[in-house]
Formats: sequence, C-alpha cells, structure tokens
Amino acid sequence: MTPAAPVSPVTARTLHKTFRRATGETVKALDDVSFEAREGTLTALVGPDGAGKTTLLRLIAGLMKPDEGMLDVLGITVADDPQAVQDRIGYMPQKFGLYEDLSVQENLDLYADLHGVGADQRKQIYPRLFEMTQLGRFRERLAGKLSGGMKQKLGLACTLVRAPELLLLDEPTVGVDPLSRRELWAIVLKLVHEDGLTVIVSTSYLDEAELCDHAVVMHAGKVLAQGTPSEITAKAEGRTFIIETPKGMPARSLQARLFQQDGVIDAVPEAGQVRVVLAAASEADALPLGDGTLQHHRAPARFEDGFMVLFAAVAERTRTSTMTLDQPSSQGSGAMAVEVQDLVRTFGDFTAVDHVSFQVRSGEIYGLLGPNGAGKSTTFRMLCGLLPASHGTLRVAGADLRTSRAEARRRLGYVAQKFSLYGQLSVDENLDFFASAYGLRGRRKADRIAWAKQQFELDAFSRLPSGQLPGGFKQRLAMGTALLHEPDILFLDEATSGADPIARREFWGRITALSEQGVTVIVTTHFMEEAEYCDRIIILDAGRSLAEGTPAEIRAHAAAQDGRQPTMEDAFIAIVETSRDGRAQQRPAG
Amino acid sequence: MTAATSQTGGMARLRRIAALIRKEGWQVVRDPSSIAIGVVMPMLLLVLFGYGLSFDVKNVPVAIVMEDVSAEARGAASSFELSDYFNAVQVKTMAEAERMMLDKRVNAIVRIPPDFARRMEQGTAEIQVLVHGTDANTARISLGYAQGAVATWMAREAAMGRIIASPPVSIESRLWFNDANNSSYFLVPGLIVLVMTLIGALLTALVVAREWERGTFEALFVTPVRPVEILLGKTVPYFILGMIGLALSILGAKLLFGVPIRGSLGLLVAVSMLYLIVALGIGLLISSLTKSQFVASQITIIATFLPAMMLSGFMFDIRSMPVAIQVITHVFPARYFVSVLQTLFLAGDIWPVILPNAAVLAVMASVLIALAIRATRKTIG
Amino acid sequence: MLDTLLRILALIRKELLAILKDPKSRISLIAPPVLQCLIFGYAATYDLNDVPYALLDHDRSAVSRALIARLDGSGTFTRVATLDVERQIADIINDQRALLVITIPYDFERGLQAGTAPAVQVIADGRNSNTAGTAQAYVSQIVTGYAADWQNSHGQPGAPVRMTTRAWYNPTLETRWYMVPALIGTITMMMTMMLTAMSVAREREEGTFDQLLVTPFRPSEIMVGKAVPAMMIGLTQSTLILLVAQLWFQIPFSGSFAMLYLGLFLFLAASVGIGLFISSIAGNMQQAMIGSFVLLMPFMLLSGLTAPIGNMPEILQYFTLINPLRYAISITHQIYLEGAGIRQLLPEMLALVAIAAVTLPFAAWMFRNRLT
Repeated sequence: MTPAAPVSPVTARTLHKTFRRATGETVKALDDVSFEAREGTLTALVGPDGAGKTTLLRLIAGLMKPDEGMLDVLGITVADDPQAVQDRIGYMPQKFGLYEDLSVQENLDLYADLHGVGADQRKQIYPRLFEMTQLGRFRERLAGKLSGGMKQKLGLACTLVRAPELLLLDEPTVGVDPLSRRELWAIVLKLVHEDGLTVIVSTSYLDEAELCDHAVVMHAGKVLAQGTPSEITAKAEGRTFIIETPKGMPARSLQARLFQQDGVIDAVPEAGQVRVVLAAASEADALPLGDGTLQHHRAPARFEDGFMVLFAAVAERTRTSTMTLDQPSSQGSGAMAVEVQDLVRTFGDFTAVDHVSFQVRSGEIYGLLGPNGAGKSTTFRMLCGLLPASHGTLRVAGADLRTSRAEARRRLGYVAQKFSLYGQLSVDENLDFFASAYGLRGRRKADRIAWAKQQFELDAFSRLPSGQLPGGFKQRLAMGTALLHEPDILFLDEATSGADPIARREFWGRITALSEQGVTVIVTTHFMEEAEYCDRIIILDAGRSLAEGTPAEIRAHAAAQDGRQPTMEDAFIAIVETSRDGRAQQRPAG
Repeated sequence: MTAATSQTGGMARLRRIAALIRKEGWQVVRDPSSIAIGVVMPMLLLVLFGYGLSFDVKNVPVAIVMEDVSAEARGAASSFELSDYFNAVQVKTMAEAERMMLDKRVNAIVRIPPDFARRMEQGTAEIQVLVHGTDANTARISLGYAQGAVATWMAREAAMGRIIASPPVSIESRLWFNDANNSSYFLVPGLIVLVMTLIGALLTALVVAREWERGTFEALFVTPVRPVEILLGKTVPYFILGMIGLALSILGAKLLFGVPIRGSLGLLVAVSMLYLIVALGIGLLISSLTKSQFVASQITIIATFLPAMMLSGFMFDIRSMPVAIQVITHVFPARYFVSVLQTLFLAGDIWPVILPNAAVLAVMASVLIALAIRATRKTIG
Repeated sequence: MLDTLLRILALIRKELLAILKDPKSRISLIAPPVLQCLIFGYAATYDLNDVPYALLDHDRSAVSRALIARLDGSGTFTRVATLDVERQIADIINDQRALLVITIPYDFERGLQAGTAPAVQVIADGRNSNTAGTAQAYVSQIVTGYAADWQNSHGQPGAPVRMTTRAWYNPTLETRWYMVPALIGTITMMMTMMLTAMSVAREREEGTFDQLLVTPFRPSEIMVGKAVPAMMIGLTQSTLILLVAQLWFQIPFSGSFAMLYLGLFLFLAASVGIGLFISSIAGNMQQAMIGSFVLLMPFMLLSGLTAPIGNMPEILQYFTLINPLRYAISITHQIYLEGAGIRQLLPEMLALVAIAAVTLPFAAWMFRNRLT
C-alpha cells in the first residue's frame, strides 16, 4: 500500500459476470468492464436494456460476486467483505422496496435505525431530507399511497438518511414525471457539488447523463466508451443539423422519412423541426438528404447525439419501422374517434379526474401528459372500459366501452404500462391466444400472426416464453398483439417508460406509420420530447385539464430560455407550475 | 473507520433488530390477512373444535322392528328407547325399516324376531342389530352401545328374578385423564399444534417470500444489517403472535371447554416455544428457498399443516397406522408436540414422555435455525 | 355462437398451457394428490390393530391364563409388560408404554364358578379418548366372549339373549372404506379451490387481466374459460385418487361410474365457483391464498367426515348446507359403497347446482365491477 496514491471510491478492473438462464443458455452480463469513480464526482452508467448497468451496480453493492476481475470499493475488495462495504454506502435499487404498509415517517425511521443514526443526528437530517424531497406534508401517509415520483423521492431519502461515503442509484427516474425528475436531480447534484459525495447513477435518460462528470456508455455487457459528457458529445460534433419541416407536413412524417435514409444515424422531431445526426461529418450545404430542397442549419451536438453515434457503430439498427397494415383503417378521417365530455372519477373523497373534456379525431396521435398522480392512468382506464366513470360521458369509436357490447372492444388495441402478456406462454402461444380472443380464425388468423411476427421481427423468438424476452422485444410483442385485429384505435399507456433511446425510436417509427394509415393513437408518456410526435396533447394535473393543443401551441406557453427555443419539457413545467402557484394562492382566500 | 466499527457494536445491533421488529409489527397490524391467520383462524378453529366437532356418538336414530309382541320383546325394545344413545322408533315390518335405512332416516335397525319370548325361555333368544356401515367408526361405537343397552336390560331382568342366567363377568372400564369421555379434551389441546403451525410456518413463509417478491430485501441488504438480524427481525414478531395464539387457545380450552391443565403451565409454554421455533425455522427455510408466495404457501401447507392435522396423532392415533406410515410421522415435528401437549394437559408433568419428545424438538429447532441462517445470504439472484 | 365457442376454447387452451407447460407444475398437480391419498388412506383410520397393553394378573389361575392367551392371540393386543402390583400401573400408562392395563382380580376363577360375575378392570389412557374407547370396546368383546364360552363348556346357563350384528355396505367396519373415497372430494377440493382462487388474483397482479378485459371477451366467457380448465384438472385428480382407492386399497366399488362423475362434475363446478368467488374479491394473491384457506378449513372440518353433522350445534349444521364438500363426501359414499341411484342423490346434487349457480355468475359479475 502506497499511502500517497489517492484511492478512488470505486475501482473496477476487467470485470466479468455471466448468468445462466433457466433455459440453459448463458448471458454475459458484464464483459471486461473497467472504470473508476473519483471522489466527489458523479458517474453515469448509460446504455440500453440489458447493457449490464444493474449488474454492475449490484456488484459494487456487494449483492453479487464477479466471476473474474478486481473490484475495490472504498479501498475494500467487495467480494471478500461485502458487509464492510454495505456499512458505508447508500444504494437505491431500480425498484426501491419501500414497505407500502408503513408510513413515510416509519420507512424513514426504519432506515435511520438500520444505519444507526442517533436521535440528535436525526434532528439535523430529517428537516433537510423533508425539505429536499418536499415530503414533509405526507409524513403520515402510507408509502403505498404515494405517487410514483414521491415513492422515488422517499426511496432516495431513505438511502440518504445517513451520509454515505458512496451513493449508488439504479435508474432512479424511471416512471417519474419531468417535475419530480428535476427535483430529484437537484437533490443529487447538490449532494455531489456541496457535500462532495461520490455518486454512481445508471439511467436511460440521456439528458441526465449530460449533468455528470463522467459517463460510462455500456452495451451488451461491454463498455463502448467513457469520458466526460462533452467527450461523448464530441463524437457527434459537426454531424448534427436541424431540418425545417415543410409547411403542411407533420414533423414526425419528415422525421420518419429522414430516419430511413442511409447516412442518417438519428432523426428526432424537435420543436416542430427535425434534428438529424449524420453518419459522417459533412458540409452543411452538402447534406445527403433527398432532393436538397429541405431547409437546414447546423446545430450544436448533444450527449444523446454522441450516444447514437457510438451505437450506430455496434448495433445493427432496425430500419423497418415502416408498418403496413393489410387493410388501412376503415374509419373516415375527420370523424371523432374519442369523445370525452365532463369526465369525473372519484375514489372516496378524492377526485382523481375532475371534469376533463377532450376529443380525438380519427387518424390523430393524441398525447396525455401530466405529472405522476395527475389522473392520466385513471382517464386511460376509463377510456378502455376498465373503470367506470363517476360522472360525464365518454365515447370511444362511438360507444361507451364499459356498457357497450363486446363487439365494440374489437375496434381497439391496448398496450399496458407494464408488460402484461402471459409470461409463461411463448411468443407464438400469446399471439395465437390473443388472435382467437379477437375472433380471428383460420387463414386470416395465420396471416395476421405471420404479419405481426414479420413486422416486429419476432420470428427468432417464436418458442421463447415471452417473460424471458429481452425488454425491447416484450414491447414489440405487446404492440404486435394489440395490432393483430387491426384496431381503429390504439391505446398506449406509458409504453416507453424504462425503454432505452434506441427502442423508443423504433417504437415511434411504428406509431407514425400506423397513424399515416388512419389508425387513431392515444398515448401517455413521461418523455416530453415524445410529445413532439403527437398531433395534439393535453396536459393534466391534479385531475384537471391545464392545456390542450398542438405541440407548437403548448410550447408557446413557455418563454425562450438562454437564447434557445423552449422545449416541450420547459413548457410542461411552466404550465404545471403556473397552475399549482395559482391554486396555492387561491387556497387561503377560498 | 469509526463509522464501520460503530455498526458492529452491541447497541447498534440491538437497535437494528428492534427497528426490524417494529417494522414487521406495523405490517402485521395493517395487513388484514396476517390478522386473519394469526387471530381469526385460531378463534375459528377453537370454536370448531370445541363446539362443532364431536366424536361422541349420541341420539343415533334407530328403527326397532317388533315381530314379537310379548312383554319380553317389549322389555327388550324399551332398553333402546330408554338409552340416551339412541332415538328409537318402532316399525312393523323389516321392509319398512330397510326403506328408512336406505333413506338415511335411521342409522341402525334392531330386529326382535317373532319367537323371541319362546326362545328366551330356552336360553337361545336373539336380537339382530343391523348398522349402516359406511361410517365405520360411528357404526362400531353404535354397536358397542347396543351391546351395553341389551346387557343392562338383562342385568335388570336378572336382578328382578325374571331370568335365571347371570352374566359371567363384569367389565369395569376406566378412562384415565378423561373420565367423562369428552372429545374436546383431546381436540382442543391438539388445536394448539394447528395454530402454532399456521402462524409459525405458513405466515412466516408468506411474509418472507413477499419481501423477495416485492424487492424490499434488495435495499435492506445494502445497509449495515447482518443476515442474522434480518432473521431475528422476522422471527420475533411472529414468535410473539404465536404466543398470543397460544394464550388464546389455552384460555379458550380452560374457560370455554373446561379442559384441565394437569401439568405445569410453565412447561407447557416452554415446549410450545420450542415447537414454535421449529415451525418458524421451517417457514423461513421454505420461503428463502422458493422466494415466491404461491409456491411457498403450497409447500408449507403440504409439508407442515396437513401432517400436523393427519399424521401427528391429534386426529388419528399413530398406533393405528401401518409401520411405514408410523416411520414417516417421525419426520414431522408435530407428532412430538402433540404427544407432549396431550400429556401436559390431561396427565401431568410426566418426564419420560416430555423429555424425549422435547429433546427431538430441540434438535430439530437447532438444525432448522442453522439451515435458515445458512440459507439467508445477502445476495441477489 | 361459434365465435363465442371458439373464444372460450382459446381461453381454455391458454389456461391449460399456463398451468401445464412447466413440468414442475405438472408434477405438482399429480404427485401431491396421489401421495396424500396413499398416506392419508393409511393414516386416517380409527381401527386399532396393535394395542400395547400391560397385564396385572392377581389370580394366576388356569382360567386367567387361558383368557390372557386369547387376548394375546387376538392379533390386536400386544403385551408390553406384566405387572406385579397395582402401583406399577400409573407409570406404565403415564409414560405411554401401554394404552391399556388389564387387571384380573384375585378370585377370578372362583368367581366364574360361583357365578358372581368377577370384575375385570380395564384402565385406558384417555389422552386420546377416541382410541381409548375403541380399545376398551375390543377388550370387553374378547373378555365377554371368553367368559360366555367358559360358561357354555362348564354347563352353566348362559345369557338367554344374544345379539347378532351385521353391517351394511362395509361388513368388516373398516374405517379405510369410509376415509379413502372421502379423500376424492377432500383432496380435489383443496387443489382446485386454491388453483382457481389464485388464478384471477394472479392475473390482476400481473396486469394480464386488464389485457383480457379490453378484448371482446364477455365476463361470462372469461368465467367459463377459467372454470372449465380447473374442473378438468379436478376431474383428473379425482380419477387418480379413485384409481388408488380401487387398485391400491382395493375398496370395492358398488355404484355407477357415470353417476359418480356426474356428482364430481357438479361438485367441482361448485368448488370452482367458490374459488373464483374468492379470487374475484381478493385484492392480491396473498389475500386470495389466505381467504381460500380460511374457508377450506371449516369446509373440511365440517364436512361430516371426521365428526357426524348430526352431532354439531344447529347453527353449524346450517353452515354445512353451503359446504360443497359435505355433499361431495356424502354422494361419493353413497355411490361408491352403497350403489345409490339418482333418486337418493337428487337433493344433494341439486344443492351443488345451487351453490355453483350463485357463485359462478357472481364471480363473473365481479370481474368487471370490482372497484380498483
């Protein structure tokens, strides 16, 4: 031991970890991973599903042992003495296991006791934690009754109840709305910058990685690249452009077209225009894009662009996001697909949905946005006929799905928030079952199943139990299942929550293609940039409708910030905060 | 390093265990299903075993076919009519009686044949008793009562000098520990085994598996908590719940059903604690091996609850079972506990019964605890 | 109509696949019923065939020795000790070395000759009063029989009235004949009720139930699709136990198989109805599990199998009216042992139909109307 060398809180050298699946094949979760997290810095692990982020964090936390390689945490070899490490670090697993039948205060007390935090220390730290997380008002509330964002904040508070020497956060913001996400990150950044805490966080939100000191980009158990965010961003330097959308064309259609082109690594709609990343640096006036009539200008690269460049090199990208339905939707465009009038839903004395009205024309992509607990899911469940409305009328494809005959449900497809097909049944069995459930049979059934498998590239997995599919393929199977019967209306509930950037692009490519063929799509999402794909969106908070309109109209609610166009996220936060301030001011008067 | 050493101190350790116990306590109180199995179930079983289930056979409906109308025949018939054990109705013909038996209106037929009085003088009279044999146990008990009723009648006749014969021997039966032959005397103590098994094994298996399923262990593991502390945090609350169940059962047995406690209460509590530890050990082991509530509960019911009911000697006497099954019963802890319980409740502090059984339970308890500690590792996957 | 049928078929296929696909779960549906039937078939018996007893023979005469020889030769009694004095009795009973102590009085032989009816004392360990009572009855049968024979051979007038006995349906009064057929209903009910109670609760927890509800399935179709596979599994298990009863325990079957299966079908419909009823109310799997267990216990205890229903307090007798197991056991006994026909069975079969007719539609209604 040379005392002079400063020891990094985490040093990993050539880590390997292999799992054996129940079916027998082995999966390399970590393959030759080396990295270092320096004292007082924020390290981000980024990468798609199955990249090995969670495994790496579990190894650091001493919950698993590496097969090979060296892993020192706080100067201790973890595999030799995991308890010594666990005594000193804080770890927030992906699904933080709060005790749902314990109150906020009781959960916090439990972890304070487990960490040996004395009464006088609590007096200091509790007010800070409550101020940081704004959970003070909910001390007595059972953890099970908190919204998703509040649960995550409580999980973080439980982890921080004693100042750890190292903090590990595994996807802390999955399923968390933009407001809560900002608040969570403010807490984390404060801990790093003011208290000098070392933090390692895994995330699939690439804008979050931009806030880190060091980013480790992972793919299939390997480290693709690591460095400062700007080093990653630099990979896309000179390759990013903003393309203006021709009049009368939805940005998503242009995006879908550009995304198909060779030489284009990435294309996303952004503030009504399309941001592209090219495979090679190019002069601005010689873009390899179609007939060259498109207006464009150079844009500064972002972390996400760099990430996409890295991935373009290793991952074969699916470009078949064009989808062809056998029969384009039968609905005449312009007809109303969904009509919601004065919808109310109460649970006891709590009003989850408070006089909400909106209409969706057929062929539209319509987005329901809102913070956790805004009433999106409740509205969604009422639309699908899973929950009765307390008051108001709603018509989907001309019928109330709750009371209408079963035939009306034949016209809609539904993809739930979490994977909800039969996990034990194979891909084929699931498809077969749902095809029969929708009344398909014989030749037609076989054709539609073949169509779904081909469109969603599921052929390789035919016999795999669907519960064992890789995350992205579960999503595809769920979509394929929902489209078997060629519904007129497709409901997607937080379908991209927890999905990595690559999967999300494929997903939206398909949605766009469907919409072009006349299918009405209704989505909820926490990714504000995804709202750009919608024709119109509605923003809900506390059960009430705050704003409705096209993405451009919504964006207009926010002022331009530091010289850039307001993003959808800026607008969303502005709208929700204005509404909340307004209500807070009204309250003392009323 | 001070932070690390402070985590291993005795005080810190106690505080962590206390916190885990408190947490578990809140969960028990707030989850209706824990209460259902910890409190409602014992009460339900107590009432069912105390009031509902009785092996005592009384008021057996019986048809008496009088094919003789002599005074002697009427006398013999009266022996059934006067007995508390029978509810007798007289019918004319055998055919009628058989129809009643087919329809389950009577469980037995007593036939007094036409020449009863004449043959009685010759000393060769016969009374035919037919029982419905489907429920063999009840049938056999009824036959015993019928024998008794006829013997009583004959003794009375002999005493009055109406018949000469005397019965050759008399049998003086005495039922130690349960003079009144009250089946709740052995059912209610046996019930403690079921209650302890449910709380100790089934409930514990469910709550530990639930923590695995809901992912609450992952965050808990990355704290200074030691595996042993997690185990203690799980066992102590359910141990207490089990003791509450024990207290309820003992009180119920004593107050509601008047079951005596002839041994010492201290010993009864001590052995019950030992069995409870065994049950907890099984519950912990099953749940840490399966990690799923559904599978854990299925295995627990098949491996602990059903044997406690069927193979412990509580409902069915082990001595009546074939040797192979008797050997199997030794695997299940319940048989040792039942044996001690029946002795302590009804017989007294009989050490030759208590010691060996308690010793087996103690060995089982230590082995299971050791296995449970081994199985509880702070690792995922 | 055809559409409905095809949809239900798809649902049944899916349920069966989900249950039977995993070899472990296939085995867990077959092995436990057979094993339970074998073990409990042997264990659940009130017949005594090896009673340990101790003897205290004060008389030590030729007559007393002959009586002892008859006891020892009966095959039921095993002498574990021969005592010399009274005070040894307490220990041998207390320690559970002997279930009975038989004391033959000093003047046994003389008493017999004098016709003074000497008293043979039988002390039994009443810790399990059921066993003790049965054992005492065996002893008194043997002793009285011996004494009567002695009287006959010594020219003394015997009892003028003898009782002859006969048992219908089960001539040797074997408890196993009673217990094993009853296990068909008991074991099958346990398995199918738990299976169905978990099925909807599990789908709700995993989110697949919502996916089902947005398809064109009607609640009644889902109900049928859930009930039929469970009943198919229940019928398979019943058949296995029936085979064990006939081939292994060799208990003669007197009735008609068609009638038995009709009864089992109705019974399973009622059990599955109750299982789905619980499942449709339960919020999660734990509640479903504990709910079905809390119901199963009284169903099993109050089925009339271990204790006759007629002996129960009136209020519990009313409760047994909604207990499908009560009817199942009675129907099985009547068909299996008594060869009963539809005339005797009709009321009980109708009761089962009534239970199914209430629980199944209720469960179907709850599928959609349960507030979440």
